[in-house]
Amino acid sequence: MALLTFQHVSKTYDNVTKALQDVSFSIEEGEFVSIIGPSGAGKSTLLRCVNRLVDASQGAIFFDGQNVTTADKKQLREIRIKTAMIFQHYNLVDRLSVVENVLHGRLGQKSTLSGVVGQYTEEEKAEAFRILAEMGLAETAYKRCDELSGGQKQRVGIARALMQHPKLILCDEPIASLDPKSSKVIMDHLKAINQNQKITCLVNLHQVDVAMKYSERIIGVTAGRIVYDGPTANLTQDVIHEIYQSSEHDLITDVQGA
Amino acid sequence: MQITKQTKANLDIFQRRKITYTLVFLVLIAVFAGASLVSEFNLLDGVASFPAAMQWIISNLIPDAEAIERIPKILSELMETALVSVAVTVVAAVLAFFFSLLGSNITRVNRVVKRVVRIVAAFFRNVPDVVWAMLLMFSFGQNILTGFFALFFTTFGLLTRAFIETIDEVSSGCVEALDATGANFLQKVFQGILPSSMPGVITWVLYMIETNIRSSTLIGILTATGIGYLFDLYYKRLDFASASLVVLSIVVLVLVIETVSNKVRKVIL
Amino acid sequence: MNETVAIPAGKPSEPGRGEREAVERNIVRTHSGKIKIKGRNRSQTAITALCLVLLGITAVAFATFDTGSIDFGQAVLDTLHNIRTVFLEPELVRDTVGGVLYQLLVTFCLGILSTIIGAVLAFFCSLLCARNIAHPACVNAVKSVVAVVRAVPTVLWVLIFAVSAGLGSVAAVVGLTFHSFAYLTKAYAESIEEMDPGVIEALRANGASYWQIVCQAIVPTTITSMIAWTFMRFEINFANAVAMGAAAGAGGIGFNLFMAGSFYFDLHEMGMLTYIVVIAVVLLEMLSTKIKAKVR
Repeated sequence: MALLTFQHVSKTYDNVTKALQDVSFSIEEGEFVSIIGPSGAGKSTLLRCVNRLVDASQGAIFFDGQNVTTADKKQLREIRIKTAMIFQHYNLVDRLSVVENVLHGRLGQKSTLSGVVGQYTEEEKAEAFRILAEMGLAETAYKRCDELSGGQKQRVGIARALMQHPKLILCDEPIASLDPKSSKVIMDHLKAINQNQKITCLVNLHQVDVAMKYSERIIGVTAGRIVYDGPTANLTQDVIHEIYQSSEHDLITDVQGA
Repeated sequence: MQITKQTKANLDIFQRRKITYTLVFLVLIAVFAGASLVSEFNLLDGVASFPAAMQWIISNLIPDAEAIERIPKILSELMETALVSVAVTVVAAVLAFFFSLLGSNITRVNRVVKRVVRIVAAFFRNVPDVVWAMLLMFSFGQNILTGFFALFFTTFGLLTRAFIETIDEVSSGCVEALDATGANFLQKVFQGILPSSMPGVITWVLYMIETNIRSSTLIGILTATGIGYLFDLYYKRLDFASASLVVLSIVVLVLVIETVSNKVRKVIL
Repeated sequence: MNETVAIPAGKPSEPGRGEREAVERNIVRTHSGKIKIKGRNRSQTAITALCLVLLGITAVAFATFDTGSIDFGQAVLDTLHNIRTVFLEPELVRDTVGGVLYQLLVTFCLGILSTIIGAVLAFFCSLLCARNIAHPACVNAVKSVVAVVRAVPTVLWVLIFAVSAGLGSVAAVVGLTFHSFAYLTKAYAESIEEMDPGVIEALRANGASYWQIVCQAIVPTTITSMIAWTFMRFEINFANAVAMGAAAGAGGIGFNLFMAGSFYFDLHEMGMLTYIVVIAVVLLEMLSTKIKAKVR
């Protein structure tokens, strides 16, 4: 059975803006899937429907055998524990230490009180340090997050996600605010996590070349609709132009001859 | 041909700006004159009162023997004023923080509660503190609690609005992330919102302490309590040397608090 | 920077011995061997210390409050009853609607006058104490004077001026002006200090005179924020004018409030007057938000 299934999902904001229209697809465990498309195409909305940061207007979403759209508060918490998220702007608590931010990944699994006072077990803390070391951030553990560079912040974001022991990681434009060098570091980490720990990754990207390099499968979204869903190898220039609604030589990828 | 047209257009802009400035100036003069007429204010009298007031300040700045005798009394009232101001602000801030969570766009329960919270805050903020003071005089009488509650209501209203703005400004990103990890409401508040909005909250609290010291003078005059009453007493007895000593002590207190809060803010931000 | 070193995430289980040591090296433990997670920085320490101090002062305050022989429960009940009378049963008995509205206009005018005079004086004064255009010695001197002026409560300024001018609108306007002058000077000076230094430098390089720089660079760039501050101060001045009427007999609707509350003990009348003031303040707030949006 597929890990994640979208069945005819639509989302309308304020009864006017149609962000998603009749979106259906499914993702198997262990896949690394990129969603590409122009800005405003509905990529972020699609991702946020999975953990209900945004509620779908119509259709059904199934994750790991659970119906996401009808889940009650308790079930939703379980779903959110199993799906971690990484954000374009990192969304860290800037004034807390790096390791505290990593430990936030455990909040869903802790009692209200221990979460409120920030009480974690020794095992959890040791694990946070181990993950930070894997991310190459061991020395920064006690620094405040606003002292870090963008690339380091995003690695903290990944560490926080791993701390959840998720089945699925949702990445919303993880490298859109980063320079090329840091972008590569982040994408390499995501790929390694996907391959070594068998965690499924669903990544929003607007760089076509990055998507083609890292993922086996690509979903192209335009104006809230899926216009392409298939293996990376079959993604032709024509399809790319269809996704971005552009003509030839309008895109940077054309020049590079990708 | 074209150049002259361009220059002409530019000239027009300058001319139009000149006309706007002149108009604004004239309107201001008219408003000023009208307001003076209505409130029976005379600018010349105002200017004329200046030298006399300055002379009053200078001649009473140096306390006489009688005023010096009153220093312990003044200091004890000043101490009480400072304590009340801090206590009011701290209590109001704690309550306002939790109240503002219900009024913020990020943490609100629902739209109706949010509107209600904002209206309640606007109500407490805009009812003048003198009204609260007089209203409380009836039930609490000439008591320290009268001033306490009068200050409390306005402070609560002001801080609620300020905290709502602070929370909306700083914490949308991290709350989204904590939501995604499955954290519940209180966990989000204590792990996300509180740490990120702390500098803003503290800046407002320090500002309100300073403001409340000034306001408590006013309320003291009205309710015959605290340092305000002491000033009023000396003032009405025409014991101006002691009255100006009271003013001086308030100035020193406010300046000390201002200095401390500037230092603290520098470290925190 | 360790930006370049991409360490691929290994399997979560069984890290090698060397790795384990490397991780352990960066961990700080408490005396009892527990892992610390709080960062050590000045800001956090300052926040914690400040909170403790403030809570301590509050505790001392409550412990030392001399509340006399008051029956707290009864007083609270009475207060609630009075609040109900004021806000749910407002009624004008002594004053006419027209009379009250005229007094409201008087208060409004007191606010306008003190804001205009304060703003004009503050503008020139802020030129003397903005760090980027004035002499450092001048900046410090003017800023100190302004800080002292600001520290004196408005009501005391009004009463001080009442000694020479008598209670009334002159003392009220001049007293209100003092505080708004000091407040606006600080705000305007900060607006000027936030200016891009290049603008002034460029004009100076052109050989522009002082007043040319003021009129061509400083005024155009800071006018919007100055107007925003002025309107904000006008709202405060209106509220203060109400208070001065009540506490210093300065006329306007505040004086009606004072008479109703402290002389006739008429809560119904107080309620109606309060509502009129609150509505006026809210309208003023809306108006100034509109004007601020338009100017921008």
